[in-house]
Amino acid sequence: MKKPRRSMLFIPGSNAAMLSTAFVYRPDSILFDLEDAVALREKDSARLLVFHALQLPVYKEMEIVVRINPLDSPFGLKDLEAAVRGGAAIIRLPKTERASDMLDLEREVGRIERECGREPGSTRLMAAIESASGIVNALAIATASPRMDSIALAGFDYVVDMQTQRGDGIELFYARCAVLHAARAARIDAFDVVFSDVNDDEGFLKEVQLIKRLGFNGKSLINPRQIELLHTAFEPTEEEVLKAERIVEAAEKAEREGLGVVSLNGRMVDAPVVRNARRILQLAGSPPART
Amino acid sequence: MNDNKRALHLQDQCLEGLERFQDFTAHTPYLKGPEKLTRKLVDSLEEAVRRSGLRDGQTISFHHAFREGDKTINYVVDVLARMGFKNLTLASSSLLSCNAPLIEHIKAGVIAKIYTSGMRGSLARAISNGLLEQPIHIHSHGGRVHLIKSGELKLDVAFLGVPACDAFGNANGVRGRSRCGSLGYAMVDAQFARNVILLTEEIVPFPNSPASISQDQVDWIVQVEQVGDPSKISVGAARVTKNPRELLIARLAADVIEHSGYFEQGFSLQTGSGGAATAATRFLEKRMRRKGITASFALGGITGGIVDLFKKGLIEKVVDTQSFDADAAESLAQSPNHIEISTNEYANPSSKGAYCDRLDVVILSALEVDLDFNVNVVTGSDGLMMGASGGHSDVAAAANLSIVVGPLIRGRIPTVVKRVTTLVTPGACIGVLVTDHGIAVNPNRPELEARLRAAGLPVMTIQELYERAISITGEPAPIEFLDRIVGIIRYRDGSVIDVVRQVKP
Repeated sequence: MKKPRRSMLFIPGSNAAMLSTAFVYRPDSILFDLEDAVALREKDSARLLVFHALQLPVYKEMEIVVRINPLDSPFGLKDLEAAVRGGAAIIRLPKTERASDMLDLEREVGRIERECGREPGSTRLMAAIESASGIVNALAIATASPRMDSIALAGFDYVVDMQTQRGDGIELFYARCAVLHAARAARIDAFDVVFSDVNDDEGFLKEVQLIKRLGFNGKSLINPRQIELLHTAFEPTEEEVLKAERIVEAAEKAEREGLGVVSLNGRMVDAPVVRNARRILQLAGSPPART
Repeated sequence: MNDNKRALHLQDQCLEGLERFQDFTAHTPYLKGPEKLTRKLVDSLEEAVRRSGLRDGQTISFHHAFREGDKTINYVVDVLARMGFKNLTLASSSLLSCNAPLIEHIKAGVIAKIYTSGMRGSLARAISNGLLEQPIHIHSHGGRVHLIKSGELKLDVAFLGVPACDAFGNANGVRGRSRCGSLGYAMVDAQFARNVILLTEEIVPFPNSPASISQDQVDWIVQVEQVGDPSKISVGAARVTKNPRELLIARLAADVIEHSGYFEQGFSLQTGSGGAATAATRFLEKRMRRKGITASFALGGITGGIVDLFKKGLIEKVVDTQSFDADAAESLAQSPNHIEISTNEYANPSSKGAYCDRLDVVILSALEVDLDFNVNVVTGSDGLMMGASGGHSDVAAAANLSIVVGPLIRGRIPTVVKRVTTLVTPGACIGVLVTDHGIAVNPNRPELEARLRAAGLPVMTIQELYERAISITGEPAPIEFLDRIVGIIRYRDGSVIDVVRQVKP
């Protein structure tokens, strides 16, 4: 079973100090950003910095995502060359509007992999949806390529496109549900928006409870301080863990005894319930969130 | 007694050399006149200086309880310069960025020599670059008292800023407008200086209590507009952090304390003034509650974080030689279990009993730590002096467990180095180094390493931390020094543990 992906920490590609040591915060994945966090005049140097950071041994052991500039910008393709050749596990494409955006990306990634001798298909793709048309096309985007890894909602541009603004979350309600359904239908992961007021722990946790309840895998983060809060919030309760342990035990017992049906306390347990129990145990077994 | 008998009396050989009684006011003339109660009050600092008998070449002393908000040191030295004094030795418990105006007085020959526990900003850079002809002496807080008591540091006139005192000089730092809290440093100067001048913002009704500085120590009192700005005490070293890296280190430090073997009912602690050290206090609360234990006392520079645990009943007594913020000063004023102590009681190795000797755990900062765990808290990566020795070597030597905290890399400069630029605290005193990349335990503490490993903490060797740092930053070019010595690092016992040489320009 794959590792949990609760936290995706954004690191500006232009900040050498943060690039070289961000791993100490132990997020589930790190995103090196070449797009919005990097000023125009720093695009080239940031790309170089990110390429070199990808070579650090510690980052070979972590899941690294690189957010490139859009492919139709002067930087997108250069960013992609650096990220794929550098060894990034996942490429995050911003402002994805339609499935063809992912297909364009897929084609370029495949070419670069061949050219640099990287294992074909080893670069996975993440689509960031930031507009109404992206939301409407979410399922097509999520299923556009076998390389699709996940889909992320980005809130700032989306609310502008929708002619509204960030508030208590109701403005994102449809978008969240649409992204999530597309991801689940495509059997890929879904990430929620960043929460930008890094001093509002209470507001952050409220939003985390909401997206956990909806079913998101995790969230994009812009401050390492939010990692512990997020991981703690995603940690199953003791009660949930005990229940999950009993279910998994029952399932393993049924398997050993060659029974097709799992039962616990005289009641039949469905396969999805067993899967969910395994997911809870896996979350509980991941590095504990220290407080 | 008639005159004859008195004359006879004085001829007796056993009375030779003794003074003959003349009048009950012969030595206390002020008892005759109306100045009896106001005789210490002097209209101007100039007049107080004249009465103190200060001469060229003598030593003037100060405390630094107001830290970056100090208004006394610069003011007094300005006045002394105007009065034409030269060649003075300045002995301040510490100097900070706000003391930059001293540069001009050093250039003009008013100040010729300095003893301090540290300095910052442009003053520190100027002295590092050879501003003073004689090297500066950097001592620890406890070591300063030792130098005074041993006679090397003879305080001629102490100029002590206090928020309020009465007309006889009873003073504390907890009443008045500009409250700095503990007068731990000033108490030493008041005790040992030949002449003590109080600069006060306010004269309050007699008797002022508590008397941290007592009337029998005070010679002259001058009222001034402002002795310090307490809002700037927590600027600089003592601050509350939101920096995620410092919070990460703080949490790890709290983990280390929890699993160190010293985390038992009645343990004692000191958390210093660095960002991570202060934040670690916060993380201790949950761990103390989980284990159901309380600390018997917290020592040192006291922060709002410590006061918070104290108010919640998790720390029984707070022992305060310096208050790092308004919360600490307020608590010292209000609570009988928040105790003010002098730096002699705090950390002087030759005092008859120093509180630091009874410490279990201390968290300390560092600018550099080397492969032998030696610590530098004085010179920066450019070889210039920029920090303070403070209580570092005092408490590290005395506590059962000294934990040094710091980021592995600052900017692009590694904190863990092969050899510290300046040795301030010997590595033998350091138990654990906590960085954002992991924890290293001194090989002289195998039992500690075993406990921390068993608890699942990220223990590495210091060599591994060093290599990690170098793998990220590359090997920094060595600093090039001239032969000239600009600073002498005095260990707490008065011995010379290292020198600082001038950096090649």
